[in-house]
Parts: sequence; C-alpha cells; structure tokens
Amino acid sequence: MDIIVCIKRVAQTAEAEVKIDSSGKDIIKDRLTFDMNESDTYALEEAILLKEKFGGTLTAVSLGTVEAEDTLRIALAKGADSAIRIKAEDFQELDGYKTAQLLKAAIKDLKFDVVFTGCIATDDYYSLVGVTLAELLGVPHATLVTKIVIQDTKAQVHRELEGGLVEHLEMTLPVLFTIQTGINEPRYASLIAIRRAAKKEIKVIGASEIDPANIQANASLEELFTPSVGKRAEILTGSMDEISAKVAGIIKEKGLL
Amino acid sequence: MNEIFALVEHRQGAIRDITYELLSCGRKLAEKENTKLTAIILGHNTDDLVQILKSQAHRLLVVDNDVFKDFNSELYQITLNEIMKKHNPMLFLMGHSAFGMDLCPALATQLGVPFTTDCLDIEFMEQKLKVTRQIYDGKLNAKVQLRENPGYMITLRSGCFPAGEGSLDGSVERFDTPVSTQPDYRKFIEYIEAAVGEVDITKSDILVSVGRGIKDQANLSIIEDFASAIGGVVACSRPVVDAGWMAKDRQVGSSGKTVKPKLYIALGISGAFQHIVGMKGADTIIAVNKDPNAPIFSEADYGIVDDLFKVMPVLKTKISEVKLAKG
Ligand SMILES: Cc1cc2nc3c(=O)[nH]c(=O)nc-3n(C[C@H](O)[C@H](O)[C@H](O)COP(=O)(O)OP(=O)(O)OC[C@H]3O[C@@H](n4cnc5c(N)ncnc54)[C@H](O)[C@@H]3O)c2cc1C
Ligand SMILES: Nc1ncnc2c1ncn2[C@@H]1O[C@H](COP(=O)(O)O)[C@@H](O)[C@H]1O
Repeated sequence: MDIIVCIKRVAQTAEAEVKIDSSGKDIIKDRLTFDMNESDTYALEEAILLKEKFGGTLTAVSLGTVEAEDTLRIALAKGADSAIRIKAEDFQELDGYKTAQLLKAAIKDLKFDVVFTGCIATDDYYSLVGVTLAELLGVPHATLVTKIVIQDTKAQVHRELEGGLVEHLEMTLPVLFTIQTGINEPRYASLIAIRRAAKKEIKVIGASEIDPANIQANASLEELFTPSVGKRAEILTGSMDEISAKVAGIIKEKGLL
Repeated sequence: MNEIFALVEHRQGAIRDITYELLSCGRKLAEKENTKLTAIILGHNTDDLVQILKSQAHRLLVVDNDVFKDFNSELYQITLNEIMKKHNPMLFLMGHSAFGMDLCPALATQLGVPFTTDCLDIEFMEQKLKVTRQIYDGKLNAKVQLRENPGYMITLRSGCFPAGEGSLDGSVERFDTPVSTQPDYRKFIEYIEAAVGEVDITKSDILVSVGRGIKDQANLSIIEDFASAIGGVVACSRPVVDAGWMAKDRQVGSSGKTVKPKLYIALGISGAFQHIVGMKGADTIIAVNKDPNAPIFSEADYGIVDDLFKVMPVLKTKISEVKLAKG
C-alpha cells in the first residue's frame, strides 16, 4: 500500500500570547514554539499503522519554510520512508486553496492508495485543505475520520458528526482521509530513530518545479485584529484564600452549596 | 441580481440548528443586497421540512429522492454542481459542520468558485466579499477578502448568526437529481449512536470540567475529590478524551455533549469554540486558567488567572468550610 501524509508545522498558541506584528498581517513568532499540527500527528500515526499492516511506502509532505524539515524528520523517525518539502518561501499569500494546489503538484506523480491529512490546522483553522486536495486529485474523501478498517480495496470508515454521533461509510481506494484527533495513540520517536532521520535526505521542491503563476489563492488577508471580548469574566483577585472564599461565596449565593 | 443560496442541513429527520442560522444570515444579506434567498433542500419525504422552512426563505429548491435519506457528500456534490451551474448564486452559504466541512471545499473547487470556511461575519462591498475568521486557537481574528468573482461559497460558524423567525412564504421549486444510487467509492452505511455511559453529565447541576491543563491522568483524582466535595460531576474537554484519560461520554462540546448546568467550573480549558458551544448555556461559569488571554475568559462569568493545582486544594478547603458552616 502506498501512502502519503500531509503534515504542517504550526505555532503552538493554545497557551501562548499571540501578538500582531508591525505589518498588521502576521504574528510575532520569535517567542513561540512550533510543532507538528495536532491532528497531523494522528494522521501520521494512522499512516504508519497502515504501512505496518500492509507494507508499501509512506511519504510525508509539508509546505513550509526550512524549519518544516525538522517536522518532516520527526515523521521520518517515526516511520515515513521519504519526505518532501515544498518551499513556502517561493510562494506568496498562502491560503488553504493555494496550499492544496501546491500539495497536489508535489504528489500528483506519486503512486498512492491513501492520502492522509489532519482535519484542521490549529493556526489557520480552515478545515479545507484535505477536501480540496482530494477534489484536485480526483479521489473521494471522508473528513473527521475516527476509524479506518481496510480490506483489499474497500475501507470501512467512521466519521465523527456532532454530538458524538458516528457515520459509518464504505469507500473504495484510492481515497483521502482527514483525520480527527483521538483516532489512535501517536507514538513517540526513539532517540536512535531521530538521530538516523537527521541524516536522511529531504526532497525540496519550489518555484522551479511548480510555476507560482499557475497557482491562484482564494482569499487574501486584509488585517489581523484581536477579537473583541464581549462579556468579559470578572477576574477574581487577592490571595488564594481570598479568591477561594469569593468563589465559595458565589456558589453559596446561587444556592448550590 | 443573482440570489443567495443556503443549504438546509438535516439529520435523522430533524433540521439542524445551523440551518436557521444560515437562513437568517441569508435573509439579512438578501435584504441588504436587494435580492432573494433560496433554501436548498436535498432529502427524502421532504414535505415536513418544506412546511417548517417555508417562512424562512423566498424560495425553496427541493430535490426529493430516497438517495438523500442520509447525508452523502458525494451525492450532494453531484446534484448541487448541477444546480449551481444553472443558477449561479452570488453566494452559497453552508454550515461549518461535519456536513459542510465535507462538502463545501469539494464543490467549490469543482466549480472553481472562491470559497473559505468557518466565517464569523460576512460583508458584501460592491461585488467583493469580506469575511472575518478566527485563527491561532481563537486568539486572533483575520479579515479576509475573497478573490473577486460573481459567486462565492462559504461555511459559517455556528452560534455567530442568531436564528430568527421568518415571515416569508417561500415558493417551492423542484429539481431532479442526476444520481439515483450511491457511488461505490463512497457509500453511507449507517449511523452509530454514542454509547451510553455510567453518568449522564447533562443531568448534573454542577459540572467540574477539566482540560489539557490537567497535564496527567493521575491528577484527575484531585478534581474528582473536589467535584464530590461540591456535589458535582467531572466532565472534560476533547484532548482529555483523546488521551484516553476520560470516557467519551464526559466530553463537552460540538462533538461531545451540550450541557446546561447551574454551575460549570472550567479548569485548564482554553475555550476553543468547539468546546464553548457545548457549555455556553450554563447559568454560571467559573474558569481557572493560567493564561490571562485564554478565550474561555470571554465566556466565563468569573475568572481566576492562576495555576489550577494551586487553586484547587485551597478552594476545596474553603468549600468544605462553607458547607460545614451551613451545618
Ligand atoms: C471538528 C472538531 C470537533 C471538536 N469537538 C470538540 C468538543 O466537542 N469538545 C472540546 O472540548 N473540543 C473539541 N474540539 C477540539 C478543540 O478545537 C480544542 O482543541 C480543545 O477544546 C482544546 O481543549 P483544551 O482547552 O483542554 O486544551 P488546550 O487548548 O490545549 O488548552 C489548555 C489550557 O490549559 C491552560 N493550562 C495549562 N496548564 C494549566 C494549569 N496548571 N493551570 C491552569 N491552566 C492551565 C492553558 O493556558 C490552556 O488555556 C474539536 C475540534 C474539531 C476540529
Ligand atoms: N502547509 C501545509 N503543509 C502540509 N500539509 C498541510 C499544510 N497546510 C494544511 N495541511 C494539511 O491539511 C490539514 C488541514 O489544514 P487546514 O485546512 O489548513 O485546516 C492539515 O491538518 C494538514 O494535514
């Protein structure tokens, strides 16, 4: 089975302060940490599990700056056979649509039975790259996938809907899945594997392979701004004792104690 | 002037809430743009849907066929592609739901129509469409302009456009689908209902909910102790379930449960919108988070900006004291 997994390196912003830079169109990145996008770690694990079961090849692809190669090396250390980086620096105004077109250009000549992406990138929050890529590749897709069982060319697939409801689909390969978190237990890469992966070659492609003029964006960013905080919580202050007494008071007042 | 389209989302016979939000948003835009709103219904035995939605749109475009009994984005795509080519609406609205996420990017790409997803706000200026989206874990908003085109497609975030009463009397128009069977490459088989667990978090007046900030499964015992001291039940955000630390039936949010307790205490939960939609109906929300900019503080009534592991022991003692004093 030949498998491709798309991986994005993203800023880890859940616990960090996110500040807009002087251009007004980007964030200040120097104090942020970067790592593999959360759902991509699950997509990668699912890809490795398939490869372990059926054999074949696993290629990891990322559109990013040179740092994305660190993320690709994690994929190599965990079990990918080869990796491709598309040089983000060669392409301007990268929205999700453009990203999907570039990913397509990078993988269209590879053989594949399954393409994996994550279900959402936590930086741009689109949830569109996987489905768009499937459409561009001309293969069927399923989003928010939480279970995959493949036999021959048939896949039994679970999609997660709202409220915990699951949709069971039957699909025929080749196919593209966008993977939801929790589908598996992503492994850690061993130190030896990481060291070995450091020496592997990563194929880099850019404007000389993909003509930027042929790739169109759907959206252009006008400005970034901080969301207006509607109703803002009353922040309780004081010593831990005082704060706790206030909370206990609030709960008591509501008649809940 | 070309129309505005909105896709009716229904599942297991019921119209999904997002449908009313799409239609209400569509009506407002149609009024502003001096055009009409068409609700697109793909379903089977749609008479009830049509009756319910008649007041919500100027026109209902109905495709009634048993292949639409259940949602299959491939069948939707094939049919909507025909409808779109015929009508060329200026805007096609869908929900940013498991349904819209699966359909919109594929259909728009096939048609070559510029699109974007998860929009919180939309604004038409001349022929240009500008939308507001949230990025970086909801910490920033981005205003984005779509590539200029006679038509656009977008998905809307739920909860951003209030549903409204309609006073229209929509005409009904029927459309035939070019498909009559599910394609081999993607067949809907069945729905699988969520397993029923030992506790029903939707029944509890007090929920003590933990997020990734709990760091380790071992730390859950602190929270369980606190919850029982206060007479509540422990719930959680998605990453806690993904990690296997708590059962799926404890998860609050869009892909978990919607809860409306009297008191919701959120511990180490950032406040992603998929979580917020599940708990914003709580009477009182108290959030503990060490990040003062965590989006949860825009939803909570009271906030404590600190380490939850410092807060919890003291708070538990205080609660016990107050309880004792009450006698
Ligand atoms: C289709 C889809 C459906 C989803 N459905 C759901 C859903 O139903 N429910 C859900 O919850 N999520 C859902 N999610 C995931 C959601 O987007 C977020 O990823 C998730 O809610 C984040 O959970 P969290 O707040 O626990 O973790 P994080 O976002 O990682 O936040 C952890 C928080 O803990 C704080 N913290 C860390 N340590 C401490 C400490 N010691 N003391 C105090 N605070 C601390 C941090 O400051 C941070 O704010 C869904 C996502 C998708 C794409
Ligand atoms: N720059 C990128 N490089 C590789 N894969 C990407 C990139 N951007 C998005 N993806 C893939 O598409 C998924 C969904 O991203 P998005 O549509 O941007 O939310 C991600 O989880 C990745 O698997």
